[in-house]
Amino acid sequence: MRLKNGFAAVALFGLSIIVANRAPAQETPQAAKPAAQTPSPQSAPAAPDAREASGVPGHRVGGFVPGQKRPPGDPAQIARGKTLFGVNCRSCHGADLRGGDMGGPNLLRSQVALRDLNGELIVPIIQGSRQQMGMPAIPISPDDAKAVAAYVRSVIETIGSQGKPPDEGRPAPSILVGNASEGKSYFEVKCASCHSATGDLQGIASKIPDPKMLQTAWVAGGERRGRGEDDPKDSARIPKATITLASGESVEGSLVRIDDFLVTVELVDGTQRTFRRNGDVPKVVIQDPMKTHTDMLSQYTDKDIHDVTAYLVTLK
Amino acid sequence: MTFTKLLLTAPFLLSPGLLMAQGAGVAPEQLLKPLKDSWPTYNGDYSGKRYSALTQVDRSTVKNLTLAWMIKVTPGDQPEEGGRRRGHQEVPLIIGGEGPSDLHMRGGSIKASVLQVDGTLYFTTPDNAWAVDARDGRQLWHYFWKTKGGTHIGNRGLGMWNDYLYMETPDDYLVSLEAKTGKERWHKKIAELDEGYFSTPAPIIVGNHVLVGTGNDIDAPGFLQSFDPETGDLQWKHYTVPMEKGDPGLDTWASLDAARHGGGPTWVPGAYDPETKLYIFSTGNPTPAYTTGTRGEGDNLFTCSLIALNVDTGKMAWYFQTSPHDMHDYDSAQTPVLVDAMFNGKMRKLLVTATRNGYYFTLDRVTGEHLVTAKYGMYTNWADGLNQFGGPKRNPEKDATVGGSLVSPTSGGTVNWEPPAFSPQTGLLYVAEHNSYSMFYLTDVDPRGSMGLGGKEEDHIGSSGSFLTAIDYKTGKIAWRHRYYGEGGGGGGVLATAGGLVFAGDASGNLIAHDAATGKPVWHTRIGEVTNPPQTYMLDGHQYVIAATGDMLWSFMLY
Repeated sequence: MRLKNGFAAVALFGLSIIVANRAPAQETPQAAKPAAQTPSPQSAPAAPDAREASGVPGHRVGGFVPGQKRPPGDPAQIARGKTLFGVNCRSCHGADLRGGDMGGPNLLRSQVALRDLNGELIVPIIQGSRQQMGMPAIPISPDDAKAVAAYVRSVIETIGSQGKPPDEGRPAPSILVGNASEGKSYFEVKCASCHSATGDLQGIASKIPDPKMLQTAWVAGGERRGRGEDDPKDSARIPKATITLASGESVEGSLVRIDDFLVTVELVDGTQRTFRRNGDVPKVVIQDPMKTHTDMLSQYTDKDIHDVTAYLVTLK
Repeated sequence: MTFTKLLLTAPFLLSPGLLMAQGAGVAPEQLLKPLKDSWPTYNGDYSGKRYSALTQVDRSTVKNLTLAWMIKVTPGDQPEEGGRRRGHQEVPLIIGGEGPSDLHMRGGSIKASVLQVDGTLYFTTPDNAWAVDARDGRQLWHYFWKTKGGTHIGNRGLGMWNDYLYMETPDDYLVSLEAKTGKERWHKKIAELDEGYFSTPAPIIVGNHVLVGTGNDIDAPGFLQSFDPETGDLQWKHYTVPMEKGDPGLDTWASLDAARHGGGPTWVPGAYDPETKLYIFSTGNPTPAYTTGTRGEGDNLFTCSLIALNVDTGKMAWYFQTSPHDMHDYDSAQTPVLVDAMFNGKMRKLLVTATRNGYYFTLDRVTGEHLVTAKYGMYTNWADGLNQFGGPKRNPEKDATVGGSLVSPTSGGTVNWEPPAFSPQTGLLYVAEHNSYSMFYLTDVDPRGSMGLGGKEEDHIGSSGSFLTAIDYKTGKIAWRHRYYGEGGGGGGVLATAGGLVFAGDASGNLIAHDAATGKPVWHTRIGEVTNPPQTYMLDGHQYVIAATGDMLWSFMLY
């Protein structure tokens, strides 16, 4: 029993640090690129902040490679290159340079384009050095070919961190793919013992108007928020611990932290008490109000989730 | 000799015994020995077991482990004080690198495995290497590399060949240093920074080969290279994805162009089997990571795979794919562990691995024959059964979707790069197990697919429990789980010892010694989040245990 309860507590702690832990990957490559990969505020510029952070006059950050500096492009040359690209290249390589219907490859991940500094690699290809591989010679002047290369480099600069494509301002598709009436039925069976559309969830879709945030919030059992942001409701999500000492004395409070060796609770007067743990002594019983939410994670189908969200967005 | 050099050298001339690292270094044949007194290569020995034969610290004496010393290091180009000693001797600072001097990128924590050779410790953070006295942590030298940029996420440490050290840099150089002085011998470009490569692994030395892996997130091919330890010349380069018509695995991609941008980076050091001369390592995710797009519906070989190469030729002997057609950035970048043990009544040469995707595997390491697959992540839900080769069969409904998919584990994985440990005494593989959930949303529905790690949003939902987990290699069944409160734990990796102990960091800032048979904690110390794999060595008849927390290195010993 103790083990099970403690286990639920683990889950809640997880929820409380959701925001801090958001970016995972290498470590994706390499690690979420968990916190380790996410540069701290003091650390070197990672992708999105890199431009502002580089701050070296006469240099710009060279795209998605953190910290890398390359000479700035000439805006007039880039503008001319953009026009020329639209006329000569777009039909094969795509308006966004990520490849087109005519079979031209994605230039934003082209090793040649990524390495090009001043047209020295791109211009010969425009002039016909890869005709055997299917790239025709484009009849433009060497200066114009250099302008096209400058334009390609200017788009490459906008590649996001971890090789994400440039943001083209296209909104992501709506996540609302579920069936609201089936979601309502599910809600009534599985959620209504604790939650109510006319009670705690009244107007939830107005409070959290973005359906994706609403979905993530209800699946996680609470809205995601930054560290240090107070939410009076949060206290309702904190586990309660009852600690029974060998002497028979019993102490109750809100769980502050627990590991194999110590447990700390906050008492009603706001003070904290810490107890050393030695196996089962003292006895620690944890009641986690979020346990049901944690247990449900392995029970939901994605359809259940989509349906419930479709229902919840109607609670305006 | 310039005046500056003279200044730098003067302390050595005056007191060589005080400032220089000692001894003859690591002869290549020494690396063939099982792990005991020293720690001469990333995993201690070639097997990847991280099992030390030392027994002075055991289940009964471990309670007397006590702090020997701790140090804090300062990455960068500023001189450091050499400890609180008379005279405040400055630590020799050697500066190399081709980058501008105004670009200082913080590389974060010590994630390196520390080499312990002849009483000196050698370790790294990105762009930085240090030598310190293993007896008291006093710094002997500090090498700083001026970077040109690149992802500064971590560095796994150094390789050593005789008196020479080898380090990879985030801007894709292999740097060789003199172990005694930290002076640079040479550096060689190993990949193109412009193409998004960045390098984090510890080089592995086998005979006269320096084996070097590299990472990348944008759509570029992965490769492993072998360099000459004396000259730094390239010996061979093995791509992990098909690069030419006729290359094996090409039929698992929609096109040659897709394969050539298919990823499979090599960012964690491998293991080596001297009897078969096979170097066995694992590869990262396919790219684009979250969209099938250009990749096609095939397995996308040889991403998320174990690969065995002949170390002299770089030719592939076998492969086994642990995440066919990965769609969640589940790099199979875990340390493979080589074990000689009984299997179905016969002594076998085995390979065991617990991968980021929540699955455990036992293979025959001579042939690559698949023997055991088991799900060890408690809530792992992205796959449905096994494919014909014994790999998990992906459930496409659990890919990132427009409406969102609730998936365990997160992209960070059930375990990540943190090396596990295997004890021949117990027959158990010890590995961190993180059972977290994320919602994976497909945000880029372009039929061409996305690029790199783009095209999705991952919203972390929460954890259903973190554990140190012991897995039986014969069956893949879990012998025990020890729960770590909070989210995380297994901090940096695991160490097993012949003293019947398993060392790991928990999620609450404790370094814990567990009973290897039961998982019960028998010793702990609260030093903060452990960021590298705990290690052990023997010096002057005393056994030490070391672990890093961020920019600090801690050493414990039995007096």
